[in-house]
Amino acid sequence: MAGKTLYDKLWESHVVREESDGTCLLYIDRHLMHEVTSAQAFEGMRLASRRAWRATSIVANPDHNTPTDHWDEGIKDPVSRLQVETLDANIKDFGALVYFPFKHANQGIIHVIGPENGTTLPGMTVVCGDSHTSTHGAFGALAHGIGTSEVEHVLATQTLVAKRSKRMLVRVEGQLGQEITAKDVALAIIGKIGTAGGTGYAIEFGGSAIRGLSLEGRMTLCNMAIEAGARAGLVAPDEKTAEYLRGRLYAPKGADWDKAVAYWNTLKSDHDAEFDAVVEFDAARIEPQVTWGTSPEQVLPIGARVPDPAKEADPQKRSGIERALQYMGLAAGTPLSGIKVDKVFIGSCTNSRIEDLRAAAAVARGRKKAAGVKLALVVPGSGIVKRQAEAEGLDKIFIAAGFEWREPGCSMCLAMNADRLEPGERCASTSNRNFEGRQGAGGRTHLVSPAMAAAAAVAGHFVDIRNSFGQESQA
Amino acid sequence: MKAFTQVKGLVCPLDRANVDTDAIIPKQFLKSIKRSGFGPYLFDELRYADPGEPGMDCTSRPLRKDFVLNQARYKGAQILLARDNFGCGSSREHAPWAIEDYGFTVIIAPSFADIFFGNCYKNGILPIVLPSAAVAELFAECAANEGYRLDVDLESQKVITPSGKSFGFDVTPHRKHCLLNGLDEIGLTLQHAGEIKAFEARHRAAQPWLFAEEA
Ligand code: SF4
Repeated sequence: MAGKTLYDKLWESHVVREESDGTCLLYIDRHLMHEVTSAQAFEGMRLASRRAWRATSIVANPDHNTPTDHWDEGIKDPVSRLQVETLDANIKDFGALVYFPFKHANQGIIHVIGPENGTTLPGMTVVCGDSHTSTHGAFGALAHGIGTSEVEHVLATQTLVAKRSKRMLVRVEGQLGQEITAKDVALAIIGKIGTAGGTGYAIEFGGSAIRGLSLEGRMTLCNMAIEAGARAGLVAPDEKTAEYLRGRLYAPKGADWDKAVAYWNTLKSDHDAEFDAVVEFDAARIEPQVTWGTSPEQVLPIGARVPDPAKEADPQKRSGIERALQYMGLAAGTPLSGIKVDKVFIGSCTNSRIEDLRAAAAVARGRKKAAGVKLALVVPGSGIVKRQAEAEGLDKIFIAAGFEWREPGCSMCLAMNADRLEPGERCASTSNRNFEGRQGAGGRTHLVSPAMAAAAAVAGHFVDIRNSFGQESQA
Repeated sequence: MKAFTQVKGLVCPLDRANVDTDAIIPKQFLKSIKRSGFGPYLFDELRYADPGEPGMDCTSRPLRKDFVLNQARYKGAQILLARDNFGCGSSREHAPWAIEDYGFTVIIAPSFADIFFGNCYKNGILPIVLPSAAVAELFAECAANEGYRLDVDLESQKVITPSGKSFGFDVTPHRKHCLLNGLDEIGLTLQHAGEIKAFEARHRAAQPWLFAEEA
């Protein structure tokens, strides 16, 4: 009999019961929450007079609606404020293991604070009413987004009704180039398999290039798994995972730590495990990526040109390209590296961790934001990231370069707070979605890595980081 | 949840692939803390010529005439005909809430995004996957015939066209049972509370660190 994949091991260790058609009740270890998708679930709980099954599985904080500046003035938009205050009240009533209210020193994007407080651990099942819950798969946890009805279901029963996904292995072997980051790897994968390529699958990322990534990089990669259509991304835990977690607030301690690490070491796909699909990538061939359209799969290496719809044979795809180019205000054949940007956003649960800020700061150091760029926004993923960055002096580098250094939150990733694009504005963004209107109605988003975003802010247009701002060219 | 049996309804064709949940219900409407009232804002950016804000009275807003939902012949449609990868992007359940609140109870497409697909069942909407060729046929028939209706029978798992042609579709027995009976999934699961407790005790013994905070 074939061995088991990591996904199988995680799944099987959480099945409470299984129906004959394969529908399972899956036990949930960690329930993450933010203000946007939880209110209706708590409303449902109250209506049915139910209590939380295990409130200490809950880690919560507001992030989508919180402003990133003038914290002293509170949340000005009354609708946003009501949503945040509703979460405050719900957590007060129902309880939680961790709750960081607005302005708490450790508050941040839920997918950043979960791991950094040691509340995401290998072998766990992690859910959140948020599609980017896939981020936590970087720790070898089975993590995925759920809808609000499911949030209520987990609150009330600590389980989820679910069926097994198919398993896909995305193997990236070899050495990544100097300036190539996990973001480029993620975009290159999506460019190849498409935004529906992973639908129905849980993707395990493997190969030497993945093992070479830091936990921050693995989080970026798993974060984007949902953009490839997969509900979950996974990376098998290793020494780096344990090193990252050691000493974190809620990580196991003492004898439990040793037991836990011994267990985590078993969490990998067996040599003879079979996957339903395998996709291979050569790390050395991955170049800095830039999206040109309105779907993450509409992506190309920085050296490429905006595609010509006339060359696309498939009529569905052709009209998709035409619509995207029209929305993006781009002409076929334009070199990506010449495209001017109006704003730059460095942040989001994809790229707002310390490593991302270091990469962006390395480019900004000693340089100035181009005059044509109206705003270059740097939004750390959490209070902890912010303090670490300030301890390293990164804030000063950004400010000296004319970038804005803000308070943590989701910010311009989806523009629910005041940070947004105006109609027609073009943005180099380190976030995960370039959908129409995502960063503000009429706004045009190009997804890139933090270093590429910082480079665009300095040059005023997209540039190949390897030519213009490589480590060698750094004074 | 309302029980779902049979729908004989008007079909509205939405002829674009990869319709994401931001398009179905734009983010500004996520600020609501209620479950209902999203129907008037369904496909807000595609449907109205002005920027939509929560709480707006939609009856006097300028419409985008070319958008299907605004065409008189599709008024009162209950069945949404769509293309590949419908419901991709954000996991917001506001998308099926808006679709249901508007009055759709069935969506037919060649493929759906995972989370959206699951969310439909939880809100009394039946998402039906049919082969691309079948969907293309329905689009063509719908365009050619004003007042085009389909008969969707969940019990026999069939979509039947006015000419009597029928397409079978898959649905898991569990989902079918819940939809047919309008059952609350939480109540069903709590019938197994004993098993959950027993599992939890074993899990705690094996990996105490997952529960350490309660010590
Ligand atoms: S940063 Fe963006 S993608 Fe991440 S949780 Fe916030 S809004 Fe969602």
